Amino acid sequence: MSTPVLRLTNVGKEFTLHHQHGLKLPVLNDVNFEVASGECVVLDGASGMGKSTLLKLIYANYRVSAGSIQYIEKTGESLELTTASARELISLRRHRVGYVSQFLRVIPRISTLDLVAEPLLAELGHDEQAIKQAREQACVWLTRLRIPERLWGLAPATFSGGEQQRVNIARSMIKPRSLLLLDEPTASLDPQNTQTVVTLIHEAIAAGAAAIGIFHDQAVGNQLATRRIDMTHFRSITCAAQ
Amino acid sequence: MPVDTQSPILRVTGLNKSYGERAALIDASFELWPGEVLAIVGESGSGKTTLLNALAARDKPDSGSVEFHIKDSGLTDIFKMTEAQRRLLARTDWGFVHQNSADGLRMEVSAGANVGERLMALGQRHYGKIRATACDWLARVEIDPARIDDLPRHFSGGMRQRLQIARNLVTQPRLVFMDEPTSGLDVSVQAKLLDLLRQLTQHLGLASIIVTHDLAVARLLAHRMIVMRRGCIVETGLTDQLLDDPQHPYTQLLVSSVLQP
Amino acid sequence: MLKINHPSETSTETLTSHENQAVDQHFNFAYLDERTKRMIRRAILKAVAIPGYQVPFGSREMPLPYGWGTGGIQVTASVIGPHDVLKVIDQGSDDTVNAVNIRRFFQRTTNVAITTQTKAATLIQTRHRIPEMALTEDQIIIYQVPVPEPMQRLEPRERETRSLHGLSEYGLMHVKLYEDIARYGHIATTYDYPVLVNNRYVMAPSPIPKFDNPKMHMNPALQLFGAGREKRIYAVPPYTSVESLGFDDYPFEIQRWDAPCEICGSRDSFLDEVVTDDQGGRIFVCSDSDYCETEQSKLEASAVSTAQLVSKDD
Repeated sequence: MSTPVLRLTNVGKEFTLHHQHGLKLPVLNDVNFEVASGECVVLDGASGMGKSTLLKLIYANYRVSAGSIQYIEKTGESLELTTASARELISLRRHRVGYVSQFLRVIPRISTLDLVAEPLLAELGHDEQAIKQAREQACVWLTRLRIPERLWGLAPATFSGGEQQRVNIARSMIKPRSLLLLDEPTASLDPQNTQTVVTLIHEAIAAGAAAIGIFHDQAVGNQLATRRIDMTHFRSITCAAQ
Repeated sequence: MPVDTQSPILRVTGLNKSYGERAALIDASFELWPGEVLAIVGESGSGKTTLLNALAARDKPDSGSVEFHIKDSGLTDIFKMTEAQRRLLARTDWGFVHQNSADGLRMEVSAGANVGERLMALGQRHYGKIRATACDWLARVEIDPARIDDLPRHFSGGMRQRLQIARNLVTQPRLVFMDEPTSGLDVSVQAKLLDLLRQLTQHLGLASIIVTHDLAVARLLAHRMIVMRRGCIVETGLTDQLLDDPQHPYTQLLVSSVLQP
Repeated sequence: MLKINHPSETSTETLTSHENQAVDQHFNFAYLDERTKRMIRRAILKAVAIPGYQVPFGSREMPLPYGWGTGGIQVTASVIGPHDVLKVIDQGSDDTVNAVNIRRFFQRTTNVAITTQTKAATLIQTRHRIPEMALTEDQIIIYQVPVPEPMQRLEPRERETRSLHGLSEYGLMHVKLYEDIARYGHIATTYDYPVLVNNRYVMAPSPIPKFDNPKMHMNPALQLFGAGREKRIYAVPPYTSVESLGFDDYPFEIQRWDAPCEICGSRDSFLDEVVTDDQGGRIFVCSDSDYCETEQSKLEASAVSTAQLVSKDD
């Protein structure tokens, strides 16, 4: 039933700092694994192991130094992310792959409600009816994540870290996607909200999404993981077999 | 909105331009698809303005081609068209937002006339309708429609830029060129303008090429980015990728030089 | 009814020759040398072939300064022949300084017959008016033009206006009209009102009142325009369409007066406002002096015949 959604083959990442005398920082070496729909893969490892880097490589926010990353559609067609055009990557991000980062990049002047509703508009269009629908959905999500209604009309720039994080999650998850990349999504949340987010992720996975996540909180990781990957396997210093 | 997904809206191949001995643009090539926003980033002397002017048919390159997708005819070399065809394109399907709003507006006629001019040039002859359309667009760029009869010289810098945008978008162009649209404006005014550009670009599905030296503008508005140095394109890719994981030494220098408040 | 005597010539004279002016033997016929005339005629031919298009020509030094009709004079001098009958008017009148001097100039250099009657003329040189009486196929009317470029105020660069004309890009003209409506509630241009000639070129008809614009449309006469300072000639051939610009909801309209002409009672002609006293009293009289006199004679004739009828009945 579960079909592969993502396939990494021999992926490596090394940063070259040209302005520090060409200093090279190897981070990842020979990463190989697959993720299928309905799975939640949790990445384990101490900080600096390249967990975040790996997520960013998958999201095409970083560029690989070696190897291939394939996204596989339900139809079986695949897209090679390392050579895909900007257009294809943007489309992928819009419709298939979601990224929940730790930091909310705030765009001035956009209200929380519109920020959360935005991903839906790309598909529905920008007419009156679609905007209304999208906003209604956004309300549902914001309520669930316990963002007080009085804040919905404001831009999130002045919100607390936890509030911003929850807005971020709402925005990233409001539109169902086949692959979710979760980078410490519960980092600044209290236990109650953390549980809500866990439930939301469970729901997404039950609906058929695949997820790869980094969780600083072991307990949360345990709740969600269907599989765990130890990042020490991909360290560049040792050439460890998978 | 109808989007042609089969063909790029603009295809640039091997553009070169020299001014005497100095090579201002060297072998520039890229494609732009409908709805894409591309930022051309570089410092002064990088050739970004030369590139923009070649793309917008304001300056003929020495070699290479710029092809624009015309309905029913497909990709057409803009320098093989007649002057008349190019000018018509510039008035209907293209927009050009200048750095200095005085270059892109008629300063001695009213805001309404500025916005309505393209419509009148295309043969619209109903004063009431032209005026109504102008009012509508002024509201869209957040200028009080009551100021429709005011002259641009009585507008602030930010308002003039927004008026320029309205003037260009009234014919629903498919491709908009922008040359440093926010430079010289106060920060809060910039924010307003950028937000407006972002929204309009998305809502109207515009393809856009924005020349800027400000990486924050690129990050906010553009899907893709081109980095230029000394006439050459040194790196190209998704905006966030270039800003977060720059590969080329010059890109790395550029990104690391930006002050973070 | 107030009777105003027009000074100088009486209008019954149609032919005058050597009486007032001796022909000056120092000049070529019509002052210009033959090569210049040929050059101007070529320009005229080109202008007639492209109605409304401004043809540059080598404007000559004339014995009148710029601003006094040198363009019109050069065109007239190039088309005038010994058997022509010339009428010269300025703001509709035959006897202003301008008209008198130009007429005297042509008498001295050509010895042609001159007239004040529109009907009798073969050539009519005019400053800022078209005669009220309809013209015929045998006539040529020559306009004196100060600024030939209709878009000059909006776009002073000639390089640009040439492109605009060439590409038929006339949005700018409508911008000017739009501005007028926005500012004044109506199109404020009352003279030199821009027209579209032969559906192609926008033309400045010279500072004739907009009242006269409809006369240019499908006129049987040949209409020539000369601008001496700006060095341009243009033309509207006979039976050519001439449309005044406007908007669908603010169309072109001509002026109207509440009162008729004080002298001849006409309600169909362009009227000048004349202040009669220090208390602000004013009357309206025809601008076209020939037309007014003709109408006046008609009135007197019918008054005489009415009187005769009445006396018969007695």
